[in-house]
Amino acid sequence: MALLTIKNLTVSFDTSTGPFMAVKGIDLAIEKREVLAIVGESGSGKSVAMLAVMGLLPNTATVTADVMEFEGINLLTQTPSQRREIIGRDIAMIFQEPIASLNPCFSVGFQLMETLRQHTSLSASERETRAVELLTLVGIPDPKARLNAYPHQMSGGQCQRVMIAIAISCNPKLLIADEPTTALDVTIQKQILDLLMRLQAEHGMGLIMITHDMGVVAETADRVIVQYKGQKMEEADVLTLFENPASNYTRALLSALPENAVGDRLPTVADFMAKQNAEAMQ
Amino acid sequence: MSDPVMTSSETPPIPQKVTGLRRAALAEFWHYFAMNKGAVIGLFVFAALVLTAIFAPLIAPHPFDMQYRDALLVPPVWQDGGRAAFLLGTDAVGRDILSRLIHGARYSLFIGFFVVIIALVSGVILGVLAGYFRGWVDALIMRIMDIILAFPSLLLALVLVAILGPGLFNAMLAIALVLQPHFARLVRAAVMAEKSREYVTSAKLAGASHIRLMLVTILPNCLGPLIVQATLSFSNAILEAAALGFLGMGAQPPTPEWGTMLATAREFITRAPWVVTFPGLAILITVLAINLIGDGMRDALDPKLKRS
Amino acid sequence: MSEIVLETRNVTRDYHAGGGLFSKAKTIRALKGIDLTLEKGKTLAIVGESGCGKSTLARILTLIDAPTSGELLIDGQKVDIAKDGLTRDMRQKVQIIFQNPYGSLNPRQKIGDVLGEPLLLNTKLSANERRDRAMQMLVKVGLGPEHYNRYPHMLSGGQRQRIAIARALMLNPSLLVLDEPVSALDLSVQAQILNLLKDLQDEFNLTYVFISHDLSVVKYFADDVMVMYFGEVVEYGSRETVFANPQHSYTKTLFAATPNASVDAIKARLARKRAAA
Repeated sequence: MALLTIKNLTVSFDTSTGPFMAVKGIDLAIEKREVLAIVGESGSGKSVAMLAVMGLLPNTATVTADVMEFEGINLLTQTPSQRREIIGRDIAMIFQEPIASLNPCFSVGFQLMETLRQHTSLSASERETRAVELLTLVGIPDPKARLNAYPHQMSGGQCQRVMIAIAISCNPKLLIADEPTTALDVTIQKQILDLLMRLQAEHGMGLIMITHDMGVVAETADRVIVQYKGQKMEEADVLTLFENPASNYTRALLSALPENAVGDRLPTVADFMAKQNAEAMQ
Repeated sequence: MSDPVMTSSETPPIPQKVTGLRRAALAEFWHYFAMNKGAVIGLFVFAALVLTAIFAPLIAPHPFDMQYRDALLVPPVWQDGGRAAFLLGTDAVGRDILSRLIHGARYSLFIGFFVVIIALVSGVILGVLAGYFRGWVDALIMRIMDIILAFPSLLLALVLVAILGPGLFNAMLAIALVLQPHFARLVRAAVMAEKSREYVTSAKLAGASHIRLMLVTILPNCLGPLIVQATLSFSNAILEAAALGFLGMGAQPPTPEWGTMLATAREFITRAPWVVTFPGLAILITVLAINLIGDGMRDALDPKLKRS
Repeated sequence: MSEIVLETRNVTRDYHAGGGLFSKAKTIRALKGIDLTLEKGKTLAIVGESGCGKSTLARILTLIDAPTSGELLIDGQKVDIAKDGLTRDMRQKVQIIFQNPYGSLNPRQKIGDVLGEPLLLNTKLSANERRDRAMQMLVKVGLGPEHYNRYPHMLSGGQRQRIAIARALMLNPSLLVLDEPVSALDLSVQAQILNLLKDLQDEFNLTYVFISHDLSVVKYFADDVMVMYFGEVVEYGSRETVFANPQHSYTKTLFAATPNASVDAIKARLARKRAAA
């Protein structure tokens, strides 16, 4: 049975100029122990779809779906409090801006133990042991001393490690990472991606990587969904996608990568689509 | 954000698109403003008030200083002894209260506009200088502002009027001075935030002078919070002018200014409560309406409060 | 040999931090002696992590800040803004394009005024001439005269970056500093902007200093590459030599960390994963 199944998900926002459809009928399924990448440019609705699953959208958003199931539990019919039970424990999420995702007023250890207090029945001393354990797991040096550090005393990469520690603190079955390395330097990005892949394999989590970076997709994913303007353009396993992309949009995206440049000019998506339209006209 | 596929193909006709988009911005403002029902009501009340002030001589049933010797302290029309000619009754020397209130709207609105403009202009100049140059200019200006803010505002205004001499104009100057530090602080904070933005660096690289950077580049981007502050100061000014009038330091009788009307009617408060009630209500409704508008503007102009 | 547009000799920059009531003032050296030369019509890429001093160097090259010590030569002329101030002539020679196209345009200024402002402040052209020049430049950067009367918020990120480029070119600078010009843009838009920058370089014989942390873009775009690490130059040479044979360990780490989107790399990774499972 799939871990998360979504069928025909639409999300629309109420704006001053009328409703705006951010996600237009997306189907998605992720198995246990699978790494699924959702790729798209800004405005493709890739984050919105996942926030809808988490129930984190503002109340101007209208979410509809034929099916939205997590391990056979229908998320659509749950009350907010029932949903909170699942979210944070069985489904966890990390975000793009690690420093902004942590509360600057509290120490890292407090925030980590707070999550444990919410979702587990551990005692205070057990929570502290577990927190140290988690920080060690995500590769923070001197974890015991670091419990008392505040977010501003840590680098962006370290903050992201703490966010990952919080996210995996209750052994979630599914981790959603929304552009987890976009704000980080390349060398740190490599470390964080390696960490995520290691934890995913060790804990047997499902992992959804939301990204715009084809390089990150190539380095992490088993299966890929390409999204454009709220619609799914293509779904394929990672090797097929890069070797033999089915949709023209994917092909255009891949050819726009600087490392795939042929000669002096980069083919752009716009060129590609224009050529496509011209052919269709004939 | 971006629209990769469309950029090369989209070339819509120019002029009507621009006006259309500006109208869209206005529509967006109205969308957020209208979500606040109180603000819309406030706006209607304020509009009615402005119309009343403009057409006061046409609307008012009697001249505001005409004394009807045969009708001293006539109660409002719905009370025993009320007369249809004087809907809200008359005061101690037989003047129609409704007519005086209608004319009083002119004074209140004039006070509001005048005070806000003086406070705004001086506050903006000082705030921009302080926020742009920092250092000792900032320290000097802001310490003076702090000193002004350290006094209870009405007390300071009273002292100033006592020095300058009572009268509506001096009272307005005093109130403007008291309200001005709020503008200076607000502008300073906004200028400091904007100054580090890249577009300011770009303008500097293009060779813009200090004056140009301050007034043309930075200042227009600080207007949002200023508009809100100006609205709220407007009602504050009316309130303080009424208070000064009540204390005999503002507009002098027989000017039909609402605060002054309250002051002269004080002794009849038990015998003829309507003489005090209606000017008081007029002040209350006006100030409330303007504050509601200010709230709505804050909702519409502050991006942090915008939903989605 | 063609002429040298930009040269720095042992440029350093110090920042003073702290110096409060209880702590002694500390001096942080953000740039530790930078030497570089750049020929006309070439692109020098400066690569490094955040905090390595590349943005500090950009501000010095753009004459926004003065170096603490060392010499800066532009078009063979020595420039010292700390001593002589900034002359109008010098200012026209260097322009900068910032990373974030949303922050670098004044939200209350129409595009036409954005482009006309440099001319208004530095030349004696009439309003009509300024308008014509701005219109021409809009076409040059791939937009149209219809954008002249719009405000920045009506444009997409890529279009705004085109405007920023157009503004930088209004005064015919000889050197353009590009501070991560495409890293805030989508992949497809990034390709368009890089193409545009190449076209403009060919047309106007422009010299670029291209600051970036994205090695795949640098490999495609630059002639020379300089790698900075904690305020020092650890690697400096032509693109071919640096990419083919990196010397410093940091450069090697950087190359190893850059995601590889080639099919072979994916096959290798999947094989490793199968082996581990």
